[in-house]
Amino acid sequence: MAKILAVDDSASMRQMVSFTLKGAGHDVVEAVDGVDALAKAKGAKFDLVISDVNMPNMDGITLIKELRGLPDFKFTPMLMLTTESAGDKKQQGKAAGATGWIVKPFNPDQLLATIGKVL
Amino acid sequence: MTFDMSQFLATFYEESFEGLDIMETELLALDVGEADLETINTIFRAAHSIKGGSGTFGLDDVANFTHVMETLLDEMREGTRDVTQNAVNILLESVDVLREMLSTLQAEQELDNERIATVKKQLDDLLAGEPGEETISENPASNSSATAEVVTEPETKTQASGWVIDFKPHVDMLQTGNDPVRMIRELSVLGDITVTPDMSLLPDFLLMEPENSCLAWIITLEGDIDKSAIEEVFDWVEDECDLTISPMAATGNANQKEQIVEAEIISEIKDPEPSVTQEKIVTPAPVAETAPKPAEKASVKTEATAKKAKPKASSESSSIRVSIDKVDELINMVGELVITQSMLSQLGEDEEFGESQIEKLKNGLMQLERNTREMQENVMRIRMLPISFVFQRFPRLVHDLSGKLDKKIELKLSGESTELDKTVMEKIGDPLVHLVRNSLDHGIETPDVRLAAGKSETGEIHLNAYHEGGNIVIEITDDGAGLNLDKILTKAKSSGLVSENENLSEEDIADLIFRPGFSTADVVSDVSGRGVGMDVVRRNIRALGGTVDVKTTTGQGSVFTIRLPLTLAILDGQSVVVGDEVYIVPLVAIIESIQVDSNLINGITGQAEVYRLRDEYIPIVKLCDVFNVKPLNENMEDGLLVVVEAEGKKVALLVDDLLGQQQVVIKSLETNFKSIEGISGATILGDGTVALILDVSGLITISKKNAGGVKKTTTSVAA
Repeated sequence: MAKILAVDDSASMRQMVSFTLKGAGHDVVEAVDGVDALAKAKGAKFDLVISDVNMPNMDGITLIKELRGLPDFKFTPMLMLTTESAGDKKQQGKAAGATGWIVKPFNPDQLLATIGKVL
Repeated sequence: MTFDMSQFLATFYEESFEGLDIMETELLALDVGEADLETINTIFRAAHSIKGGSGTFGLDDVANFTHVMETLLDEMREGTRDVTQNAVNILLESVDVLREMLSTLQAEQELDNERIATVKKQLDDLLAGEPGEETISENPASNSSATAEVVTEPETKTQASGWVIDFKPHVDMLQTGNDPVRMIRELSVLGDITVTPDMSLLPDFLLMEPENSCLAWIITLEGDIDKSAIEEVFDWVEDECDLTISPMAATGNANQKEQIVEAEIISEIKDPEPSVTQEKIVTPAPVAETAPKPAEKASVKTEATAKKAKPKASSESSSIRVSIDKVDELINMVGELVITQSMLSQLGEDEEFGESQIEKLKNGLMQLERNTREMQENVMRIRMLPISFVFQRFPRLVHDLSGKLDKKIELKLSGESTELDKTVMEKIGDPLVHLVRNSLDHGIETPDVRLAAGKSETGEIHLNAYHEGGNIVIEITDDGAGLNLDKILTKAKSSGLVSENENLSEEDIADLIFRPGFSTADVVSDVSGRGVGMDVVRRNIRALGGTVDVKTTTGQGSVFTIRLPLTLAILDGQSVVVGDEVYIVPLVAIIESIQVDSNLINGITGQAEVYRLRDEYIPIVKLCDVFNVKPLNENMEDGLLVVVEAEGKKVALLVDDLLGQQQVVIKSLETNFKSIEGISGATILGDGTVALILDVSGLITISKKNAGGVKKTTTSVAA
């Protein structure tokens, strides 16, 4: 069982990700945007961060950059939820310190398979 | 893991509709030419979320459609595309199409593919029209499904009996959370694996940075494996390592070389790190794992489509969103109710019941009453929504119509947070749209006319809402030409609505526009003026227990004022007695109640009587006659007059006595009986008896009928 921070401004995606991960026995903390996620990440430890890229207040790339700067998140796997069309986003994300990405659309099985790569 | 995606669909639809509303609002706020980046970003995010969600939840049509929008918006966001009026219009149209698509899908009906294709083509054309970005306008359908791509990629057919992978992570690879051990673990799932570490890069122990990655590996993977499967493992670290993947047979020489290196290393270091030791991991039946994957995914997909086709009743029930604080307040209130209840029941357990207990009981009952009232108010508040839900559709409407009519119009909204009952809100939408259209079409003049009249070129329409007493008032103000009263009167006379020599006040004339079959528009336009209109507006508003009237100043504009009850379910009422019956008069309609002074009653010929109240003559409506009840008081002087007002008209209701004021729950008569003129519903009183609720505007109509009868007789006398 891993402790996972799931960040997405879309409630349905967040529900889906969270439901899938919980179903696989993980402990999930949800956040609605980068600012929320950062607040929840500070003072806590997570085994994995899954974040959407396009979000209000603070986007996923900034969030990953911020998190990477925190001592507790130096090596924490961080995955971006991104769309196929956003090729340069992947590069930006990597530059910010993202571990990898999950391409939208994805189904729960793909999600679990992907997080299996980093847990 | 089988998974029912449909459970997230309701949330998806809800947030998508919200997203579309946001897109629409922001698109309208977008300044063509110098667009605000944050605005575009907001629009983009909304489109992006809908695309992501629809793809995930199996709504591929929506995903494909949104993809094009998203690409377009992305270019605008990146600054590679100008924000033109044309683009904004097409995007607005796309928002409409998307909204239709989503509601069609939600209702599980067939999509209007023709319309979707038309608008999508517009989007595609728009995309293709701009130079330098032609790659993106490729068929997006293939993009929307990543799984499909993996399966069809021709390269995947290249297979060998095994692969040799030369994997050399860059020094900083660990900093992104990637761990070579996990990748090797992934590979081990694909086939028989042999991992040989290369520690030549490992620095001297004292110089070692624990956060750096200083190892490299040569991995041989045996089995019938797709190259793409291996590449997928290294997908995330493509740029953070040196990687060569070569078929086993072809790299015979290299392999040998590596064997030597390997041997050297092993002889050099006797206690290697545990995770990087030469290890052979044999996984059971690894090939079977990879092969069925695409098929599995496909089956998930079809399953999703099958589910979509299945009719689902649960989505039918409408829902409202309630803010947490309202719910918290309710819970708090229930808590208080429980306290009161326990206090009262404790009282009931007392052996003796003396004077002091009665006092306590009274207190308890008082508290219970307060709790009940507060709770009722709070439960009602749950049904209350801010009127912005209705107002928000108007910027778009004004935008579209002003373009169509070649008018320059600015829309001002205020009081958007004013709350009203959800049911009232749903029903007021159409009448409001009609009134706003009317103001746009007939009220505001064309720019040249306005300039000629010395006004600013841009007309203004102001939508305002506020609470007043137990009502919500919505005003639609325009600074246009105002109603042409002469024209209205001429038209009314020519169509026989008003007789030739009738004298009407300006207010009366203005009010004629609410009469059935009345339209003064010279040209019947697309926007309004088809002869059905204002009368329907008034009828619909009346059906909600509200009123609508107009005030106009020639050359300066008109104000339409709608008054609506806050809720349809509960009413503040005054109980009155007529004979043996109790009736409820809506408190909002009552102006005053007076004792009858027989000197002030003036009989007009016929059965009608008027009462002189200060300087006004008010028709008297005898409720006993209207409802055919035997009154308690034979003489009018012993009764009371309740002066009520509706639609600007007053009547005095003759009743036998006044009882208390109370809130009553309205029960519809139409559900079980039929609608009766002068009665809007019924309620159950505290003692269990049923009281009828009076419909004041209906009673005024009744009184007019009586007066009308009188008028005819008088005119015939005069003739």
